[in-house]
Amino acid sequence: MKDLIDKVKTIFADESLDVVIGFERGSIPLRGTPRFFESAEELDGLIFDITCHNTLAKYLASEKKRPGGPRKIGIIAKGCDARAVAQMVVEDQFPKENIVVMGVPCKGAIAPSKLRKILDGKVAQDFKIEGEIIVISGEDFSIDVPIVEVIQNNCLTCQHPNAPQSDYFIGEPAEPIPTKTPFADVEKLSTKTPEERWSYFEEEYSACIRCYACRNACPLCYCEECFVERTNPSWVGKGTDVSDNFIYHIVRALHLAGRCVDCGACATACPLDIDVRILGKRVEKEVLERFDYVAGLDYDTPPALAAFKEDDKEEFIM
Amino acid sequence: MADEMAEFEPKIVAFLCNWCSYAGADLAGVSRIQYPSNTRVIRVPCSGRVDPMFILKCLQDGYDGVLVSGCHPGDCHYISGNYVARRKFAILKTMLDFLGIEPDRVQFSWVSAGEGEKFSKVISRVTETVRALGPAEKMVKKGYRE
Repeated sequence: MKDLIDKVKTIFADESLDVVIGFERGSIPLRGTPRFFESAEELDGLIFDITCHNTLAKYLASEKKRPGGPRKIGIIAKGCDARAVAQMVVEDQFPKENIVVMGVPCKGAIAPSKLRKILDGKVAQDFKIEGEIIVISGEDFSIDVPIVEVIQNNCLTCQHPNAPQSDYFIGEPAEPIPTKTPFADVEKLSTKTPEERWSYFEEEYSACIRCYACRNACPLCYCEECFVERTNPSWVGKGTDVSDNFIYHIVRALHLAGRCVDCGACATACPLDIDVRILGKRVEKEVLERFDYVAGLDYDTPPALAAFKEDDKEEFIM
Repeated sequence: MADEMAEFEPKIVAFLCNWCSYAGADLAGVSRIQYPSNTRVIRVPCSGRVDPMFILKCLQDGYDGVLVSGCHPGDCHYISGNYVARRKFAILKTMLDFLGIEPDRVQFSWVSAGEGEKFSKVISRVTETVRALGPAEKMVKKGYRE
């Protein structure tokens, strides 16, 4: 951690940054908290490890709206953070000259919901990484868990643990955690019959209370007015009908088509543990196969659905 | 039950672009070409104007099928509206299929202003496809089907 702090402090001075968006040790054990570090002294509290799950690129949207314009920002970027930043730059949502991407090697992030299940009511105080195992300890217990069992689902299929584009890279690039192929979950669900898929989604989405935590956590849901809040016309009903939940989830996936960087923030934010990622993952697969596009890999390729080719496949048109 | 199915008349919404497909429908009309009367036409400036949300909303409101028709690729009045639309619709269809909703309820076609005959064929095909699928049940809001 000392190494990271020193390097970030140097960059802070060299690039004359106003603020570094990173993580500090939070009040909840095993959960890093996002923090805006505004001076070199404050940076002493900087951390980066397996507990840092939030997608920090989310904060760029509010920074952009700051009176007097955005400050010069440094961002501690996991692979997904860096991709989200690149995507925002491509979409003209944040000026590249105002941001310095500091890539860090990511070995996955703890999913709070998985941790909760493992702890089963016990209070964790500390953890230690021993190779592939994480040792979680509390007052009168200590549990050994394989890391792959506590990290977010999207980390299990992550292809970009290191920032594809960064101004600085701090540390040794991490190896991907390849426990599954990128679209394993989608492929598994696709083999079921349409009826089975329908009941799967109906069960998942009927639990949705439309708290919009998934949208709020998403770094690329930056619209000032979201379609769900429109009242005239009212696109999404305010009742409990499951069809409205479907509309919400389908349209959210559509709006993120060719833009989603699969940071998993939506799934982690969901208080009901709904599988909010899988629909987007299916779209990601289609975008890759059909349009040969992966979001957030560079600063200038326009998103798949904002571009076209004259000879795009059109086998579905009668 | 078999009798009921035979009598099922689907309700279909057709979004037709002002410059090609709507004029194609007009031509079919003035040429007195017969086609099923199950569609309700909504005229839009361009197939690119059709937000996939419109289509989902139709399904939610209890329509059995949706057709979106625009100018042939290369003929768009706004140069690229139908190209952009084509990408959106490809994604929508994939998604409906993945969710387990019959993707054939939602259809897309290119019909030019000179293709009255094709327009009638498209409408007949969509109507028959949707009729074969039966009344929409998934995605329909409770109480929105009489």
